[in-house]
Amino acid sequence: MEVKSIQETEEEIINEFSYFDDWMDKYNFLIEMGKSIPSIDTQYKVENNLIKGCQSRVWLHATLEDGRINFTADSDAVITKGIANLLIRVMNQQTPDDILSAEFTFVDKIGLKEHLSPTRSNGLMAMLKQMKLYALAFKTKTEQAK
Amino acid sequence: MQEFNIHKIREDFPIIKREVYNKPLVYFDNAATTQKPQTVIDAIVRYYSEDNSNIHRGVHYLSQISTLAFEDTRKNFQEYINAKHHYELIFTKGTTDAINLVANSYGKVFVNEGDEVIISALEHHSNLVPWQNLCEQKKARLRIIPVNENGEIIFDEFVNLLNERTKLVSVAHVSNALGTVNPIKKIIDKAHEFNVPVLIDGAQGLAHYKIDVQELDCDFYAFSGHKFYAPMGVGMLYGKEEWLNKMVPYQFGGEMVDQVSFEKTSYNELPFKFEAGTPNVDAVIGMNAALEYVKDIGVENIAAYESELLSYATGELSKIEGVRIIGTAREKASVLSFLIGDIHPYDAGMIIDRLGIAVRTGHHCAQPILDSFNIPGTVRASFAVYNTKEEINRLVQAVIQVKNMFE
Repeated sequence: MEVKSIQETEEEIINEFSYFDDWMDKYNFLIEMGKSIPSIDTQYKVENNLIKGCQSRVWLHATLEDGRINFTADSDAVITKGIANLLIRVMNQQTPDDILSAEFTFVDKIGLKEHLSPTRSNGLMAMLKQMKLYALAFKTKTEQAK
Repeated sequence: MQEFNIHKIREDFPIIKREVYNKPLVYFDNAATTQKPQTVIDAIVRYYSEDNSNIHRGVHYLSQISTLAFEDTRKNFQEYINAKHHYELIFTKGTTDAINLVANSYGKVFVNEGDEVIISALEHHSNLVPWQNLCEQKKARLRIIPVNENGEIIFDEFVNLLNERTKLVSVAHVSNALGTVNPIKKIIDKAHEFNVPVLIDGAQGLAHYKIDVQELDCDFYAFSGHKFYAPMGVGMLYGKEEWLNKMVPYQFGGEMVDQVSFEKTSYNELPFKFEAGTPNVDAVIGMNAALEYVKDIGVENIAAYESELLSYATGELSKIEGVRIIGTAREKASVLSFLIGDIHPYDAGMIIDRLGIAVRTGHHCAQPILDSFNIPGTVRASFAVYNTKEEINRLVQAVIQVKNMFE
């Protein structure tokens, strides 16, 4: 199966969100998204993988396979889990370079930033930052190995 | 005192009329900060429109009337909390600032290696971290009074902690996370039997209870303006003269000095020795207006009304299956912390917010006490004079909606 580009998945999500009439639909969608998150292995659900800056606890783990990143995550809050999965859907199977150069404008376009990110509390920005940090770490590691 | 008229009171607070997400705002985050009546807002506007000037310095007209208004606030609060002298009230940035003042200025002189400071397990971080820091610096020991499953201080355990090494007891009047009202008079009397001074963190107390510092016989009482219908960025520390005189300043600069040369500086007398720099004059003047407002309604009337709201909300929320009230002390102020089944407070808060209701979610800056209940946090509704039973009904509906969405 061919991997969609970050931009393609972003557009797909923007399109899905355009069908929602009100905020309630958006939240219900996020709650559903939360249920299908690529679940983090219990061994990685540790203090070290907790993202700082979230009111709920979010664990994030990443692996690199054939030059492409795979994230797994979990959270004790359902909506946060949905948001995490949305980000994962965009980023999984992408290269570190592509993740690092992406701007993830869909977050703004679907109204996530506006409605869901009083910065500290939901930690959407913290999640994004942590995912980019993983990408950077993989990129550096790969380059050093060359 | 005016008659208690909720319709008139609601008219006094302009923000109450606003909408959020196209719904009339229900503001239940009063333990974080209260809204301000028009008289307070007007006082600030008037100050900047007509009187603005730096205080205690100029001989000119504006400086004099600003100074008078500023000092008037001090005297009015002296009278209100029944302090012996006006100079026993120090203006601070708020409660946190007041507690830090004591931790530094009292701590420097009186707390040494091997000494002990007692706080309770209920404390807000602002009445925990300053003492933790002091104890670390001085190699002293921080002792914690445990609480029972209702969120009440276990008094006998407190008595057991008191000894000849105890240098200070610092406890909240009212717990911000659970609403527990602590038996502060009993705590003060017991500590005094050991000659130990007591600081009361009154951040959640002043807006709900009539404070008489002489009757309480507390050594320090700290409070914020903004939880008392006054502006942010101002608060007070009441301290007994005998302690304040023995304490050393910890912030230095203008206003707090007497004579300054490059060789030596002598410090001003009370209260100025603890008030370095230009204070938040407009907020102080706003705080005076807030005091007038509270006095007009009568804090006893406010407390009685809020207590009615608290028992109504407790009753109505308890009827919903799965709702668990956290903090069930016999005596509670108008704070209601709860959980809805296994739903994360953050999830609940997001939905409640979208329904136009402002509640607080999380650990409320009192992490240790919520950890001890083994929960990630709570949803907290806290009531003030302008809230109504109709608003509580809206919260109840919101909670039901949260249940439907997540369960």
